[in-house]
Amino acid sequence: MNVAGKSVPHESARGHVTGEALYTDDLVTRFPGILHAWPVLAPHTHAMVTRLDAAPALEEPGVFTVLTAADVPGEGDCGPNRRDEPLFPKEVMFHQQAVAWVLGETLEAARLGAARVRVDYEPLPALLTIEEAIAAESYHVGPVHLARGDASAIESSALRFEGELAIGGQEHFYLETMASIAWLDESGGVAIESSTQHPTEVQEIVARVLGVARHQVMVECLRMGGAFGGKEVQSNAYAAVAALGAWKTRRPVRVRLTRALDMALTGKRHPFLARYSAGFAADGRIEGVRIALYSDGGWNLDLSEPVLWRALFHADNAYYLPAAELTGYVCRTHKTSQTAFRGFGGPQGMLTIEEILDQAARRLGLPPELVRERNFYRGGDTTHYGQIVKDAGRIETIWQQLKQSSGFDQRRAEIQRFNTGHAHHKRGLAITPVKFGISFTATFFNQGAALVLIYRDGSVQVSHGGTEMGQGLHTKMQQIAAESLGLALEAVRIMPTRTDKVPNTSATAASASADLNGAAVLDACTQLKERLAPVAASLLECAVHEVRFGGELVCCDHGSVPFRQVCEAAYRQRVALFAQGYYRTPEIYFDQQTGRGQPFYYFAYGAAVSEVEVDGFTGGYRLLRTDILQDAGDSVSPVVDRGQIEGGFIQGVGWLTLEELVWDAQGRLATSGASTYKLPSWSEVPDVFQVSFLEGATERGGIFGSKAVGEPPLMLAISVREALRDAVAAFGAGGVVTFASPATPERVFFAVRRAVAEREALASPAGGAARR
Amino acid sequence: MNASAACTPLRFLLNGRPVSIESSSIQTTLLDFLRDRGLTGAKEGCAEGECGACTVVLVAGDGSGSAYRAVNSCLLFLPMAAGHEIYTVESLAAQGKLTEAQQAMAAAGGSQCGYCTPGFVMSLFAEQYRPGRLGPCDPEALGGNLCRCTGYRPIRDAALALGAAPEGPWRDRLAKPAPPLESVEYESEGARFTRPTTVAECLGILAADPQARLIAGGTDLAVESNLHGRRWGRLVSLEAIAELREFRETEDSVRIGAAVTLNEIAARWNAPPESFRQWLPLFASPPLRNRATLGGNLMTASPIGDGAPLLMALDAVAHWAGARGRRTAPLAEFFTGYRRTALEAGELFTAIEIPRPGPAFSRFYKVAKRRVDDISTVAAGMAMDWDSAGRIARARFAFGGVAAVPLRATAAEEAVLGERWNESTVRRAQAALARTLEPISDHRGSAEYRLAVAQSLLEKFWWERREEAAA
Ligand SMILES: Cc1cc2nc3c(=O)[nH]c(=O)nc-3n(C[C@H](O)[C@H](O)[C@H](O)COP(=O)(O)OP(=O)(O)OC[C@H]3O[C@@H](n4cnc5c(N)ncnc54)[C@H](O)[C@@H]3O)c2cc1C
Ligand code: FES
Ligand code: FES
Repeated sequence: MNVAGKSVPHESARGHVTGEALYTDDLVTRFPGILHAWPVLAPHTHAMVTRLDAAPALEEPGVFTVLTAADVPGEGDCGPNRRDEPLFPKEVMFHQQAVAWVLGETLEAARLGAARVRVDYEPLPALLTIEEAIAAESYHVGPVHLARGDASAIESSALRFEGELAIGGQEHFYLETMASIAWLDESGGVAIESSTQHPTEVQEIVARVLGVARHQVMVECLRMGGAFGGKEVQSNAYAAVAALGAWKTRRPVRVRLTRALDMALTGKRHPFLARYSAGFAADGRIEGVRIALYSDGGWNLDLSEPVLWRALFHADNAYYLPAAELTGYVCRTHKTSQTAFRGFGGPQGMLTIEEILDQAARRLGLPPELVRERNFYRGGDTTHYGQIVKDAGRIETIWQQLKQSSGFDQRRAEIQRFNTGHAHHKRGLAITPVKFGISFTATFFNQGAALVLIYRDGSVQVSHGGTEMGQGLHTKMQQIAAESLGLALEAVRIMPTRTDKVPNTSATAASASADLNGAAVLDACTQLKERLAPVAASLLECAVHEVRFGGELVCCDHGSVPFRQVCEAAYRQRVALFAQGYYRTPEIYFDQQTGRGQPFYYFAYGAAVSEVEVDGFTGGYRLLRTDILQDAGDSVSPVVDRGQIEGGFIQGVGWLTLEELVWDAQGRLATSGASTYKLPSWSEVPDVFQVSFLEGATERGGIFGSKAVGEPPLMLAISVREALRDAVAAFGAGGVVTFASPATPERVFFAVRRAVAEREALASPAGGAARR
Repeated sequence: MNASAACTPLRFLLNGRPVSIESSSIQTTLLDFLRDRGLTGAKEGCAEGECGACTVVLVAGDGSGSAYRAVNSCLLFLPMAAGHEIYTVESLAAQGKLTEAQQAMAAAGGSQCGYCTPGFVMSLFAEQYRPGRLGPCDPEALGGNLCRCTGYRPIRDAALALGAAPEGPWRDRLAKPAPPLESVEYESEGARFTRPTTVAECLGILAADPQARLIAGGTDLAVESNLHGRRWGRLVSLEAIAELREFRETEDSVRIGAAVTLNEIAARWNAPPESFRQWLPLFASPPLRNRATLGGNLMTASPIGDGAPLLMALDAVAHWAGARGRRTAPLAEFFTGYRRTALEAGELFTAIEIPRPGPAFSRFYKVAKRRVDDISTVAAGMAMDWDSAGRIARARFAFGGVAAVPLRATAAEEAVLGERWNESTVRRAQAALARTLEPISDHRGSAEYRLAVAQSLLEKFWWERREEAAA
C-alpha cells in the first residue's frame, strides 16, 4: 500500500496552523444582515411558565424579534426518539433552560433584550440526585435486564462483598461551542451551517419544526472544533432555533452558544450510581456479580437508553462473568439532558467491574493485576449477552507484552522501595485492560454511504456520510480513496459533509465511522475502477483484468497511461465518472427481550500501565508514566490513530481525576465555566508517555484490516484511577481503598487519612487485638 | 465630566498595517474586533482567559529591543490595544510559506480538530522568538493553551523540535524597541477610555469622575465584562503611568509598581525568595502573567487570590495615593472585609514593598484540582526565621481560601514563637488554626477539606524544612 497505512498529517493540518480552516461561526461575516440569538433563561430548576411577555424586549434598541412557541409552523419538539424535548417548554425542567430566544442586530442587543422578556414562573420541587430519583421511582427507562447463569452462586463464594460506587459525569468541553447559521435560499428552502455530528438528524428536526419536507432543508458541516458525542443529537435544538429565526425574519440567523451557555444548556456524560454485590473464589476468580446501574439521564431521554445498554454490555470489560445479573435504570432528574460522550456508557460499566476486582484483590491479599489476569476471557468464551469474544486471546497477549515492555514487575519492586523510604509521598502502579465493542448497538445505524466524483482532469472529490470533528475521519477517507484509485493524496479532495450529497446518514459516532464510510468510499472507488478499466485496457491494448491503478497511472505489464488521460477518454466514451458507494455491517443483531445477540462486529482491545505519586499532605498527585498498547488492527493512519489513543487517554484521565461536575443544592451547575471546571492541561500529561500498536493485528472485515480507535482509549485511563488507589493503599495497612469518581485531590486526601488511621489503629496494641 | 479632553480615534498596528477605530464600544474585546474583520484564526473558546484559543502576540519592550508576548485577545478591550503592535496567526504565513512554529505543529500531528491550533501556534511562535532563549522551546510556555483533542504529547514534541529563531523579518523586528505607549482619550457610545501617564493625572480623573474604573492588566475586569455583562462608563488604564511601572531593588527592600506585570517581576527580580519562585508558575498561565499585575491582584481582594498569602508572609507593605496624599499599611492590615481593602474611593494603589533580607526559609503552597492554572482551593505563604539557638524568631503563616479575606494566622504564628520547629510545635500551630480559620464549602472543596489541608500544610512546611536541613 502506498498511501493507506502511512503516517500522513491531518487532512486539514495546513488550514489548522494558518487559521484558514473554517468553523461554523467563522462564516458569520459572510452573511450581511445576520441576526444574533440569545436565550431567555429560566432561573428555576423546575417550574411552570405561567406567563411570557416578549413585548418589553422589543423596546430594547437593536432587538429585532423574539422567538416563542407561537412562531413554530410545524412541531416544536427536537426529541430524536421520543417527543420529549420541547423547543419552547411550558414546564422548565432544569436550571437555565431556554424558554424563548431573542434575535438582535448584535449579540449585545439580543442579550439585553433577553433580560427584558417578562416571564412568570410557578416553581415546583425538583429531583437533583440519582438517590432522589430512585426514591421517587423517577425513571425514563428501566429496569432493563441482562443476565447469565445463576448469580445466587455469590452466596456460597469464599469471598462475598457488596458496595456502591458513585461515578461523576463529564462536560464535553469541545473547544468550539455549539454553533449554527441558517438562511433561506432563493427557492424557499432553508440552508444551515451546523456544527453537528449528525447533519441528517439536524435536517430531520428542522423539517419537523418548520413543518416542511426534508428536501427543503440542506445542512452542511464544514468541520467541528471537537464534539466527542456532545454534538450527536444536542446540536439539533440550536440549528432549529436558527432555522426558525430565518424562517420568521427572512434574514440569516446565527445561534452560537458562549461557553457559559453551552455548559449551562447542553448535556454531559451521564453520572452513574453502581450498586453491586460480588462473589469470588479464594484464588480471585469471579463466581458471580449482581450489578444495578442507575444513570442520571437528566430531564429528557436523549440517547440515555443506548448509553445504558452499552454500560450493561461493558460491565464485563475484559473478564468472564460466569454468573451475572445486571439491571439498569435511566433516572429522570431536573438537570441538563445527559447525552453521548466518547465511550457512551461503556466507561461507567467498565469502571464498576474494575472497582469490584480491585476490592476483591485487596480483600484476598492478592495483587490486583493477578486477579484481573485470572479473570480474562479466553478463546471460545462468550459474553454475558451470548456473543463469542472474537480474538479473545489478544487480551492476554497485550497484557503480557505490555507488562514486559513497561517493566511492570521490576517497577513494582522499585515502587515498594520508594514507598518504604517516603512517609508522606507514595507511588502507585496499575495495569488495566480494555475490551470495547464496535458497532452501533441499534443495528440499523450500521450503514455508510459515499459519493465519489472524478473530473476529466483526473482530480477527485469525495463526499461521505461522516463528519470531521478532529478524529481524522476525512484524512482516512482521503487515504482510502487515494489508495484505491492509485492516486496521490492531493488528487483527492474531501468535501464538507452535506445532506444534499449523501442522504439519510447515521451520526458520526460509535467509533464506527471510518469502518462504515471507509467501506462505502472503497465501494464507490471499486465501481469506478471497474468502469475505467475497460477504457484503460483499450488505450493500453491489454486485457481488462491486467489493468492496475497506482502511482497516478493506470498500467498493465507493458505500459501505462496517466490516470487523467483515462478519465478524459472515459468521458468521451460516455462512461459515468461518478459513483455512490454503500456499506452495511454484516452479521450483527441483538434482541433486547432475551438479552442475547451479537451487537458488535468486533472488539477493540488495549491495556495501559500507569504510575502516580500522591502527596499525602494535600491529596495532590502527579502522573509519572503511562505505557499503552492498543489493538488498532492494521492502522490506516498511524498519526491519526496515535492521536486518538493519546487524546482519548488524557480525556479519560480528566474524567476520572480533576473534571468534577458539581450541582448545588438548588440544582444549579456550580462548575459552569472554564475557571471552575478544569480540563486536563500540561500538568496532567505523564512525564513518560509511551504508546504502541499491537503488531500483526489485522482485523478481518475491517477496512484495509484496520480497527476502530476513537473511543476505546478513553477507558485506558482507568489505570490512573487504579494507580491512585494503589498509592493510597501504600499509606495504609493493605486494606480496601475506596473513593468516588472523580478522584479529586480532596477525595484522595481523605482516602489517605482513612488509610493512615487504619494503619495506626492496627499498630496500637488495642487495634491489633480488635482485628484478631 | 472631563469633556474638554479631546477624543481621538484608536490607532494601532495590526499585522504590520495601521488601523484606526472610531466607533467600537470601549468594552469590545480585541478578539471580537478581529473576528468581525474576518480575521477568524483567533477563536473564542471561553472568553475568560482559560483556553488560549484567542491568543495573539503583542510587541513589548525587552531590554533595548523587544519581544513577542502571547496574550489572550478575549481579555483585551480594544482601547487597550492603542499604540501597540499586534500580530495574529494570519500574518505568520503571509507569503504562503509556513513559519517554523506552524510547520512543527503540522508535522508533529499537533492538530486534530484544529480549533485550539492557531492559539498554540501563536504561543509557540512567541516562545521561539523569546530573546535570550537557548536550546529547544519550552513547552511550559504553552501552558495557557488548552487542547481537548490531542492530549498534548504531539504539541510538546513540536515545541521540543524548534530551535533558534530563524533569521528574517520576524527576528529583525525584535532588534528595534517596542512602540512607546502614549496617553489615550477615546469615546464611543457615551463611554470613555482614558490612559493617563502620571499618578497626578490619574488621581485627577478619579476625583473628577467617581464612576471611573481603573484597569491594569484587565484580566479580572474583562472576565466581569465578558461573562457577567458588566459595563462601565469610564475606564482608566494604568499601563502608561511610569511610576506604576517601576521595579526597584535596594538594600532594604524590593518595591514593585502596581502595574508591573507578573512576568516582568519575574524577569527583573534578581534573587527572589524561594516562595516567590514557587508561586510564579502556579499563578494562572504564561499569557495571563504577561498582562496580570500585582496591583490588580491585590485590589480584587479576592479571598482566593494568590498574591496576598505570598506577600503577607513576606511582610509586604502596600502603598497607595489619593486625595489624602500618599498612604501605606502592612498588607496584613490591608484587607478590611469581603472584597474590601483599605483604599477609599478615588485612591490609586501604587506599589507593593517587600523588606529585605527575606526570610531564612519560605514556601508557597497552592492546593487546587488541577496542578497548574487553577484557582486555589487553599493557598498558603509561609516563612520562618530562627535565632542563633535554633528557636523560632519569626513565623508567618498566611492563607487564602480559608476565610472571607486573605489572612495571616497570627494565633498559630504566636503559638510557635520561641519554640523549636518540630512535630509538637506543628500540632500546637494546627490547633490554633482550627480556632482561627472559617472556611466555607463550595465547588472547589468542602470546608472540612480546607481546614484539614491548611493544617496539613503546616506539617508539610515543617517536613520540607527538615528535609532541607538534612540535605
Ligand atoms: C485565566 C485566569 C487565571 C487566573 N489565575 C489566577 C491565579 O492563579 N491566582 C490569582 O490570584 N488570580 C488569578 N486570576 C485573577 C486575576 O488575573 C489576577 O487577580 C490578576 O493579578 C489581576 O490583575 P490585573 O492587572 O489583570 O487586574 P485588572 O483586571 O486590571 O483589575 C482588577 C481590579 O483591580 C482594580 N485595580 C487594578 N489596578 C489597580 C490599582 N493600581 N489601584 C486600584 N485599583 C486597581 C481594578 O479596578 C479592578 O477592580 C486569574 C484570572 C484569569 C482570567
Ligand atoms: S477565548 Fe479562551 S482564553 Fe480567550
Ligand atoms: S485539536 Fe481539538 S482542541 Fe486541540
